Amino acid sequence: MIAQPAPKRDVMARRDIIVAGLGRLVPETGLIADPIRLKPYETDGLSAYRQTPMAVILPETTEQVAAIMAFCHREGVRVVPRGAGTSLSGGALPMEDSVVLGLMRMNRILEIDYADRCAVVQAGVTNIGITQAVQAEGFFYAPDPSSQLACMIGGNVNMNSGGAHCLRYGVTANNLLGLRIVTVEGDIIDIGGAHLDAAGYDWLGLLTGSEGQLAVVTEVTVRILRSPEGARAMLAAFSANEIAGACVDAIIGSGIIPVALEFMDRPAIHACEAFAHAGYPLDAEAMLIIEVEGSVAEQDYMLDRIRDICNRFDPVSLRVSQSAEESLAIWKGRKGAFGAVGRISPDYLCMDGTIPTSRLAEVLGRIGAMSAACGLQVANIFHAGDGNLHPLIMFDANDPTSFHKAETFGADILRLCVEVGGCLTGEHGVGVEKRDLMGVQFTDIELDQQRRVKSAFDPGWLLNPSKVFPLKPEPAAA
Amino acid sequence: MITPSDTDGVIDAIRAAHQAATPLAICGNASKSGLLRPVRAERTLSTSALTGISLYSPQELILTAGAGTTVADVAEAVAAKGQHLIAEPPDLSAFYGSTATPTLGGMVAANLSGPRRVMWGATRDHVMGVVAVNGLGERIHSGGRVLKNVTGLDLCKLLTGSHGTLAVLTEITLKVLPAPERRGTLVLKGLDPTRAVAALAQALGSPYAVSGAAYLPAAMAARIPALAWLDDSVTLARIEDFAPAVAYRTERLRAELANFGAAELLDDAASLAAWAAIRDVTPFAADPAAAPAAVWRVSVRPSTGPSVIAALAHAFDTQWFMDWGGGLLWIAGPATQAAHHAVTAAAGPGAWTLMRAPETLRAAVPVIPPEAAALARIARNVKAAFDPKGILNPGRMVAGF
Repeated sequence: MIAQPAPKRDVMARRDIIVAGLGRLVPETGLIADPIRLKPYETDGLSAYRQTPMAVILPETTEQVAAIMAFCHREGVRVVPRGAGTSLSGGALPMEDSVVLGLMRMNRILEIDYADRCAVVQAGVTNIGITQAVQAEGFFYAPDPSSQLACMIGGNVNMNSGGAHCLRYGVTANNLLGLRIVTVEGDIIDIGGAHLDAAGYDWLGLLTGSEGQLAVVTEVTVRILRSPEGARAMLAAFSANEIAGACVDAIIGSGIIPVALEFMDRPAIHACEAFAHAGYPLDAEAMLIIEVEGSVAEQDYMLDRIRDICNRFDPVSLRVSQSAEESLAIWKGRKGAFGAVGRISPDYLCMDGTIPTSRLAEVLGRIGAMSAACGLQVANIFHAGDGNLHPLIMFDANDPTSFHKAETFGADILRLCVEVGGCLTGEHGVGVEKRDLMGVQFTDIELDQQRRVKSAFDPGWLLNPSKVFPLKPEPAAA
Repeated sequence: MITPSDTDGVIDAIRAAHQAATPLAICGNASKSGLLRPVRAERTLSTSALTGISLYSPQELILTAGAGTTVADVAEAVAAKGQHLIAEPPDLSAFYGSTATPTLGGMVAANLSGPRRVMWGATRDHVMGVVAVNGLGERIHSGGRVLKNVTGLDLCKLLTGSHGTLAVLTEITLKVLPAPERRGTLVLKGLDPTRAVAALAQALGSPYAVSGAAYLPAAMAARIPALAWLDDSVTLARIEDFAPAVAYRTERLRAELANFGAAELLDDAASLAAWAAIRDVTPFAADPAAAPAAVWRVSVRPSTGPSVIAALAHAFDTQWFMDWGGGLLWIAGPATQAAHHAVTAAAGPGAWTLMRAPETLRAAVPVIPPEAAALARIARNVKAAFDPKGILNPGRMVAGF
């Protein structure tokens, strides 16, 4: 288990005064301090970690957020911003002495402008909610994390969320135009807007993926894109991870960038097939789902070329979808991967390293060896085009030894990712989960540089405490 | 001029400057020294000797090179493998009347992007990793050599576009993509700016992945050989893709834009030439014979582009053209404070940069929009977090730091 710091005793002693003060800042239903009603907020998508906060506050406007931040700043109270609570890295894990600032009531779409291809939404709008609001006009919001039905755009901004289609459309950072933020002191600042390029420092880029360390995001201006004419998937399965990896290289080397290029290893294929009955080949060691977009003729053109490339690698199975329904069936297993693994094992850790794609086979081989050594099963799902690897480590949460082993195994995988030239996290964020591994990827000097940037925004280190940065006795001075 | 040949040399130079509290002007080949504010510093630290491509893996879409490597060398290396620089960075040498060749470090430090930015993102969107040296002489790496990375604060984006005021970039890793097999450009003639922007909005809002959307009044088009023969204002929509897709998409888009007139089609070669000129802002190439003029680059909500231009027409005798579907305005006018204030007022909530002007004007006015007080305070803190003694490119972006 990752250690958490002791709560601030002076804050805990003033708990009742602080809660009463917060209650004056929002409508009556917007403050939760009753232990039973706090329960849903004690964890997020990293459910092995739990902590009841001092209170939860649910503002409805940016001005209320500003008042809350100003109050907490004055009182020295730590604040944990939270969207839907779907973080897989513990990015919204409360601290005992903290107030959880839940943005789910700020769920309005404020503006949609098709001519300028942008939308202004509040932080608590769900990811899918943006696409749903614009799809009647043929538009969509591109980043599509697996949790898109639930996760909120404010959380997407803070974690710089990705998805299955970022090979073509980029991650959250590449699809934003502006933010309205509230500083730790309670100042409201607009960053960017409906225009493409800002002058001056790239605050938008720095804030995106900052995991709630720098400011609270209350409104987001996103780019919306016109949907392609159509999309179609194909499935290609191979007799070895190496061969599938070489096929991925050959596809990209040929000049084709599919909109999605997903890789599953043998355990993942079996888990997903048993769950979804998608018709996946059970005799394969590795499988690719490849999706292209465009008119039907354009899809045919690219799928023909990709099929020719796949055929050079002796596929065990090759299936080009002939219809939207068949594409859905191909995707069905992959999209149900988490549920599928959850059926085999009640508990699993979803890891999220990135590796150079050329090292895939070697990395999977070493993960397999680690799995055998520690006795825990692992299934690997991989965004093959961009190197983002999701090993799902299966364990038994009722057995503390099993959980400890799983955490150690996960950490070893992430060390391996860094060793081969990759990084600790491709899209889930550092959060609590990978906080103590930051030293694997960064020198102390580099971490101190990042800490000083944090201090520039949040000198008292009140925002989203105990995440991202390995704990130090005292925060670095600005 | 200090020109270290490796990152350690940059560290030594900055440590010495930090100890002595001596400001350093930071540059690559100084091809863009006419940009933003003039820097007053006794010594100059150039990254021009940090050359060479240390990693290029086409199938991983990744390239790493020293900051002093020229953009041309990088472009040539990736072109040899059928790939290209995604954001289509401009070469502004002719714009600044410089004979120097732009470096990768300069391109990233200025976050320069060309026409393709409208669909495929800016240079900052494709900087995957940097190695830099801060104002304390410390080596800082951020990002890496993989395409997806959210580990820690994204200092790559913060340093991109920071014009050497936070840290000196020594090594840069870029994402690259396959170059298109073919290009095609639809041209609508004779539209006024408002109709042109409406046509471009329709093109950019179509399913055909339009990767260039510009409007040039007749006088500006006349300055670009690939467009001059059209002898009218031109509204341009580019499609880049596999050859059959370009053929199909240009025909479909031509039909969808029929309300705006009959579009002509520029072929691959003409498209390349026309968009290279728009990218490099050649209509405003520096002319030593002409009276000194100022050039502004204004980034606005695309549909407001025409009204910004109209407002300026009352203020002074403007020359201008639009890129990014109306969202990017290149404006030339007299190098006076009055003209500058007219531009900044017309830009409203948009962003503006004084791209070129005599030193006297660049030293006298803010060259980028001033930030609100709360953000300006954070900016000062961030500057201090990298460069506490303010020795890196002082005054380059904002007077006083």
